Amino acid sequence: MTQTHAEQTQAQVSAEMTALTEAYDASATVETQTRLDYPPYRSSLLRHPTKDLHHADPEGIELWSPVFGERDIDPLEADLTLQHDGEPIGERMKVTGRVLDGDGRPVRHQLVEIWQANAGGRYVHKRDQHPAAIDPHFTGVGRCLTDADGTYSFTTIKPGPYPWRNHRNAWRPAHIHFSLFGSEFTQRMVTQMYFPGDPLFALDPIFQAIVDRSARERLVAAYDHDVTEHEWATGYRWDIVLTGTHRTPLEEDES
Amino acid sequence: MTLVPTPGQTVGPFFAFALVHDGGAELVPHGHPGAIRFTGRVLDGAGDPVPDALVEIWQAAPDGSVVRAPGSLHRDGFTFTGWGRAPTDRSGRYTFTTLTPGATTPGAAPYVAVTVFARGLLDRLLTRAYVPGDDAALGADPLLASVEEARRATLVATADEHGFVFDIRLQGDGETVFLDHRRD
Ligand SMILES: [Fe+2]
Repeated sequence: MTQTHAEQTQAQVSAEMTALTEAYDASATVETQTRLDYPPYRSSLLRHPTKDLHHADPEGIELWSPVFGERDIDPLEADLTLQHDGEPIGERMKVTGRVLDGDGRPVRHQLVEIWQANAGGRYVHKRDQHPAAIDPHFTGVGRCLTDADGTYSFTTIKPGPYPWRNHRNAWRPAHIHFSLFGSEFTQRMVTQMYFPGDPLFALDPIFQAIVDRSARERLVAAYDHDVTEHEWATGYRWDIVLTGTHRTPLEEDES
Repeated sequence: MTLVPTPGQTVGPFFAFALVHDGGAELVPHGHPGAIRFTGRVLDGAGDPVPDALVEIWQAAPDGSVVRAPGSLHRDGFTFTGWGRAPTDRSGRYTFTTLTPGATTPGAAPYVAVTVFARGLLDRLLTRAYVPGDDAALGADPLLASVEEARRATLVATADEHGFVFDIRLQGDGETVFLDHRRD
């Protein structure tokens, strides 16, 4: 009888990941991005393109991004601990950083969205079956606009790791999902921010789908005591770099 | 200074409570003059629907102008923002109510820029849904011309009685052409 994915062990999945990492290390190539085709992440098997992406110079609408403004965001949405009548359970933390384009310029006044599990590793989402407590004082959704320096800032609760069904006893490292826009539509991206030193990193096929060690580390926030607030919250710093833009400076002056 | 972009990651299974909002898929209200339906299915390599995908569109106004108006997250019912977001349903279908995009430069083939996210999709995918009908403009389009002929149709929507249909095949037969816009 064939083994289902849910019956496979961590050791089996880890052996696959190790083989892919070793092949990459031996290849002498440099990959900076996440592989779309990464079989240890079982849900990706039928959901990754098999043809190469088609290179295209962006044109027209692709050189612009949607505009979000004060009408779209309540400033209170940047504090995930204030969305209910009581204090959520867990480690209160701040996370802040800058959104930059590939040329190091700040992405100004643009939308940043985050979502996450609570301190026990449970999402509010109705399909999350993890038998950990729902915190009535924590939803886990935040939004803000970057400032003129490209800086975003959220106050939240440190999320817990959670189990999933990629294989038997599979656990995701603690993470916060981030959704980002640039000044061009081509810069659109969704990613996950992780916490330093998580023992689950080596076991996680989503994190390891970035086969390059230094590229993976770009998703790990740094503990920053200057962000930590006296008798209030711990602090993390995480900068995000989007792809390069294509518009000329003249066009940007007009926007 | 050139910086290395931060890698993307999958949107995961539990995004709806954060990213799906009322009115997100209605760029104009139903019944708005010129309103069309822009719909399609997201399909996997076995041809099965992807019921946990998220599709975003970004497009010009009917006159070809690029909209610079905020309000996509809290629509006022009057302002066309050019951007929308729709989750797929159990049949893998996404549906927007929008306006037909115009050409951003005279004579160009108009298209809707499309982004796809899904559980199991490790990074977002970008593509274009060209407006069907203007064969001269489509025939002269530089991107379409650069795609092998057999795959070009994956980038062109088809017309139906309510607007346009654009299926997105992540893998396999009829795999959609997805775009890489990175600078060389
Ligand atoms: Fe998650």
